[in-house]
Amino acid sequence: MGRTLAEKVWEQHVVRRAEGEPDLLFIDLHLIHEVTSPQAFDGLRLADRKVRRPDLTIATEDHNVPTVLGPISDPVSRAQVETLRKNAAEFGLRLHPMGDAGQGVVHIIGPQFGLTQPGMTIVCGDSHTSTHGAFGGIAFGIGTSEVEHVLATQTLPAYRPKTMAIEVSGALPYGVTAKDLILAIIAQIGTGGGQGYIVEYRGEAIRNLSMEGRMTVCNMSIEAGARAGLIAPDETTFAYLKGRPHAPGEGAWDEAVAYWRTLRTDDDAVFDQVVEIDAATLTPFVTWGTNPGQGAPLAGVVPTPEEFADPVERSAAERALTYMGLTAGTPLREVEVDTVFVGSCTNGRLEDLRAAADILRGRTVKTRTLIVPGSMLVKLEAEKEGLHEVFKAAGAEWREAGCSMCLGMNPDTLAPGERSASTSNRNFEGRQGKGGRTHLVSPQVAAATAVTGRLTAPADLA
Amino acid sequence: MDAFTTHTGTAVPLRRSNVDTDQIIPAVWLKQVSRTGFERGLFAAWREDPAFVLNDPSYAGASILLAGPDFGTGSSREHAVWALQQYGFRAVIAARFGDIFRNNSTKMGLLPVILAAKVVEELQAAVEADPAVEITVDLVAREVRLGEGAWSFEIDDYTRWRLLEGLDDIGLTLRHADDIATYENGRQRWLPTTV
Repeated sequence: MGRTLAEKVWEQHVVRRAEGEPDLLFIDLHLIHEVTSPQAFDGLRLADRKVRRPDLTIATEDHNVPTVLGPISDPVSRAQVETLRKNAAEFGLRLHPMGDAGQGVVHIIGPQFGLTQPGMTIVCGDSHTSTHGAFGGIAFGIGTSEVEHVLATQTLPAYRPKTMAIEVSGALPYGVTAKDLILAIIAQIGTGGGQGYIVEYRGEAIRNLSMEGRMTVCNMSIEAGARAGLIAPDETTFAYLKGRPHAPGEGAWDEAVAYWRTLRTDDDAVFDQVVEIDAATLTPFVTWGTNPGQGAPLAGVVPTPEEFADPVERSAAERALTYMGLTAGTPLREVEVDTVFVGSCTNGRLEDLRAAADILRGRTVKTRTLIVPGSMLVKLEAEKEGLHEVFKAAGAEWREAGCSMCLGMNPDTLAPGERSASTSNRNFEGRQGKGGRTHLVSPQVAAATAVTGRLTAPADLA
Repeated sequence: MDAFTTHTGTAVPLRRSNVDTDQIIPAVWLKQVSRTGFERGLFAAWREDPAFVLNDPSYAGASILLAGPDFGTGSSREHAVWALQQYGFRAVIAARFGDIFRNNSTKMGLLPVILAAKVVEELQAAVEADPAVEITVDLVAREVRLGEGAWSFEIDDYTRWRLLEGLDDIGLTLRHADDIATYENGRQRWLPTTV
């Protein structure tokens, strides 16, 4: 019987296999940031251990950094960033600090440098590590104990998850994006639907996505409970990688591509579970609740809790509507927002900023609108194209690179009761600031919403 | 890691589903660089509500959390496990867990126990009826017991052994340093380095 892509990549990385034990898996790339690493470095020091492979490790500062120029004013945030700098120096790790041209959100910089390649195993103390699966590798988030383990050994003991195929047939209708697709998938299978699985996204609609779109889809695999999500590499992947600083050079490129072409699920391979989605039925999608599975088409209404047959889902919906300050039956297009955020590891890449700029060009925003590039390089590229002038002319704020309003660890937060349309990945209670209310949307819907002050699809704009 | 063999204690019922790690410990608490003091951040936003179950004095001193399905979803922050442990919890019982949270728990010696949703609800009801009732979580027998009732749970042999012994994963892996070196020597030459 044939093997799935996930099984091929997994087998390629087994260092040791023994009956009754998890596989010991080699890790090709370890990404580090300031939040989940300090206690891991402390652990190394206590045990007098070194970093086994500094050459497979890279660090950046992203979660705590302010997105306006200047030092970090919060002393606790500053201490955490300074701790990373001390640890990187002590253990000999490459670090891209604030102000460095290579700085950015950890999941944006790996692909941008060409460090993320097909068939690799990639980990980071961050659940959105699943982003890197867009290149056809196994990439997943780990906790601080495992960060320490990878630093010390460059391996992880792990049981291979089951495999799930999400087959997206047909073509996405005009105006429907990768973000709408993944939000719709999560609403269908639920926040626990992917638990215990590595998901392979397949089908025509997936193949037609750009690398940026594929990263958006894989990024939110964790919101469906999946440990990792991946997409088989193809010409789109190779074209994206060619010429990037860490991609294979001339002498090795052909050999690498020949190997990458083998990284696909065999025709006779069997997945443990298959989910089918018809792309043609999809429309712009938004969340109304406090977990990413609580979403609906933007053309729809805020649901009534009684619609949910499962009592657990019903009570979760009741709680969510209370927290979100929403009334069942309200058309989603009538929901007014205070703030729009475009950015994050989900939607902070150049293609996302272009999409938002196309809608804001020649228009004016009605709400506070933060446009936050995912990395300093994305910022530079956007400015080369003049996107920053489009945003500023529309009245939006053009910021420095960082995680920004995706999570409440830096100065970009919502005030209690404030409502946002956000291109980030989590609408959890308080995620964007205590008491803040989050609607997850695509960059296109975010930009259109900024123009009207209500949740709006681009097609709704006159 | 703390070893876990068997534990008997009182429990607190948390009748909410999809309790993500942002709720268990909000991001603002993640700025600390130490490993201690996270109990103050446990369910920080919810604890501001006097009606929240953890504020009910009848559950004071509880060491077992009876949670709704999909507990610990979302962010990979191990701080969620530290906060629960430092607050005094030794085990969490739920029908389903977020994968990363469950993994982090077993690295730290906080026992994640999976029981059917119906059983968790029965246990919650029993504790609500009498908050002083004690529950035993027995990893040796892979069993949860309350009064006359006993429910078995599944956990793989390797993780159970590590928890029973309180073993450090890194130490176990370093026994195979030769295997790692052999693997490293066979890696493809075009694979990237960060230098």
